[in-house]
Amino acid sequence: MKKTLILTTAIAGLGQMALAADGEVNVVSWGGAYEMSQVEAYNKPFAEETGIKVNMIAADNPATPLKAQVEANNVTGDVFDIEVSDAIRLCDEGALMEINPDDLPAAADGTAAADDFIDGALLDCAVANIFWGTVIAYDKTKFEGDAPKTAADFFDTEKFPGKRGLPKNPKRTLYLALIADGVAPDEIYDKLGSDEGVEEAFAKLDTIKNDVVWWEAGAQPVQLLADGEVTMATGYNGRFFDAMVGEGKPFEIIWDGQYMDMDMFVIPKEAPNPEAAMEYLKFATDTQRLADQAKYIAYGPARKSSAALVGMYQDGKTEMAPHMPTNPDHLTTAVMDDPEFWADHDAELTERFNSWLAGS
Amino acid sequence: MANALDPHAAIVTTASGEGDGTLTTADGKPLSRALARSQRRSKRRAFLLVLPLLAFILITFVVPIGQMLQRSFYNDGFSANMPQISTWFAENPRGTEPDEAAWAALAQDLQASAEERSIGVVGTRINYDVPGTRSLFTSTGRKVRKGIEPPYRDNLLEMDEDWADPTLWAAMRNAATPYTGNFYLASLDRQRADDGSIEKVAERQQVYVMLFMRTFWLSLLITGLTFLLGFPVAHLLATLPMRKSNLLMILVLLPFWTSLLVRTTSWMVLLQQQGVINDLLVWIGVIDNGQRLQMIYNRTGTIIAMTHILLPFMILPLYSVMRTINPSYARAARSLGATSWTTFRRIYFPQTLPGLGAGAMLVFILAVGYYITPALVGGSSGQLISNMIAMHMTDTLNWSMAAALAALLLGSVLILYWLYDRLVGIDNLKLG
Repeated sequence: MKKTLILTTAIAGLGQMALAADGEVNVVSWGGAYEMSQVEAYNKPFAEETGIKVNMIAADNPATPLKAQVEANNVTGDVFDIEVSDAIRLCDEGALMEINPDDLPAAADGTAAADDFIDGALLDCAVANIFWGTVIAYDKTKFEGDAPKTAADFFDTEKFPGKRGLPKNPKRTLYLALIADGVAPDEIYDKLGSDEGVEEAFAKLDTIKNDVVWWEAGAQPVQLLADGEVTMATGYNGRFFDAMVGEGKPFEIIWDGQYMDMDMFVIPKEAPNPEAAMEYLKFATDTQRLADQAKYIAYGPARKSSAALVGMYQDGKTEMAPHMPTNPDHLTTAVMDDPEFWADHDAELTERFNSWLAGS
Repeated sequence: MANALDPHAAIVTTASGEGDGTLTTADGKPLSRALARSQRRSKRRAFLLVLPLLAFILITFVVPIGQMLQRSFYNDGFSANMPQISTWFAENPRGTEPDEAAWAALAQDLQASAEERSIGVVGTRINYDVPGTRSLFTSTGRKVRKGIEPPYRDNLLEMDEDWADPTLWAAMRNAATPYTGNFYLASLDRQRADDGSIEKVAERQQVYVMLFMRTFWLSLLITGLTFLLGFPVAHLLATLPMRKSNLLMILVLLPFWTSLLVRTTSWMVLLQQQGVINDLLVWIGVIDNGQRLQMIYNRTGTIIAMTHILLPFMILPLYSVMRTINPSYARAARSLGATSWTTFRRIYFPQTLPGLGAGAMLVFILAVGYYITPALVGGSSGQLISNMIAMHMTDTLNWSMAAALAALLLGSVLILYWLYDRLVGIDNLKLG
């Protein structure tokens, strides 16, 4: 069984093997504006400084090819940019290299990396690079008079008419329903762990079920808003920022009830270029590089020391700090991602969510 | 004595060893043997010619699909990493209360598995059956990594009292053998109760059976719609003079050559609430601006887009069969006094059946496995079972579940194919 697996994937992987030569590192990331920010902030200076060539590979969710490559015993990527819950899971499954925080560069003032990274940003096998938020955005031109301000307004289709865009998964919808129902952010996971709490969330979602357009890819909510298909949508704050500042769309972000996540760099155990991968990871997560990335996309750096270095957007006139998900003003009602909770309950809640969706 | 001119007779006599009376070649060898040899040679050459294709299909199709399907009933995530407790389960029948030996086996397996960093695989496997237990394995694993002392039962329960849960033990027993039917049960909205019997899952968790039904019903509907829309077009194509029909044919094929995504997105542009059709309807005053029709991101969207995309698969086989129908039959029927409806019903239509069968089969089988169009335009009510398979492949990473759903889908299509063969006959299928 294993042998045939190796055989078939070896044949399938022949083409890619050519990539894995010396002096190269294969980085698998999410594509789009996010990948562009990593190319500008990490890859170009890294190649210049070390002479190691960086091959950027885009995936819808890099955890999927990572798992497939590990299963097939034919790992072709060196560094993967994945979500926290996937990083924890794959680490527990023994697929990832352990990373010692002492190997990571210290901050400029000498603070060790272990203290410089925000709590939870360093795991056994993973190092966070950015924080990103799932937030509500609305089209300013669609509401005369009062503008929506809270998560509760998102569910109020009488006061703020129009369709709503929501992601088609339980992780980024159930919490929002509870927040809108008045549940405090730090009680969300207790609620979601109980049957009544989940019922409550679905009951709240029921109130707008007929007005929801469900989206799956990160680019969709921006498109739906721009087309006027929905008047409010939740989506990734960097994408909304891109549309607002980069393309001048009349959107506004509501930070109430934002859901904050991290993106993690991991190196698989069987990476073809482990040394170059580690070099890249160290380089990309140092103070300056993380701050540089914020020049290209509105995601918050995972190091405390980077915050002070975050300056202007690449257009040279937009201050980035107010657009960061990590801005203290945006954190009062923010829900932090709880990877342990989702590792346990994702499958169950996804089934329940799908069952709820399919029912009329 | 058999007729010597009958080749079968010649072979039979040779095989039974009666040399006399058989036909021979010019150099005196039995004809049948010479024939067999030359046939063998040409067979071998034919086989060598198809060998590359055979190898290609084997490597790129049969083996990967076999590997994938194997996951639907084989998952050694627990049994391979927890050998001692798996042995205990094998030695003690269902219903045995776990004794200290069982707890010791469990504790030692947990420790070994945590050291090898395979505890996540173990937890994930059990979490499929008992949601919420993954962290029980990983957190206990972290604690016992340094070592664990007897009494094992009390020490484990002190770390987490969930270890006493009989549902958990039942799930571990089920996972102790790598072969499992649980993924198939889950695909049919069933689960195994603690005592090993099969029960339905709670109503709010049920989704797959309904989606299978919806997939087959929508596929049938789409097949019907492609027939209604495609039949007149195919007839027109087959009866028009060559030059005009070629032009029409290009119109049929043009969308066929266009990327699937482009076609699907054009439907989005046309059908959405702020889209072309709604704008037009509002402009001519048929509907009010506040009551724009919801034609996409729901079942209607899936049906419209898929009917359009699959239409050529119905038209082309129908057209190729209609072209071969001799018009004199219909003329004969008319001249014998049949009305045009009778002529169509009794003479023309039956002759198109082979094409219709092929077209319907193609459209139906393609529709059953369709994925990208429902994902893009289906909203929540237009999702099909393939979208669930994709979700398990990419989001939950539960490949065993994806494999089980895919196997059921494949199985039901094969059954339908068999039924078709029994009822209509596969020989009556004509692609051209």
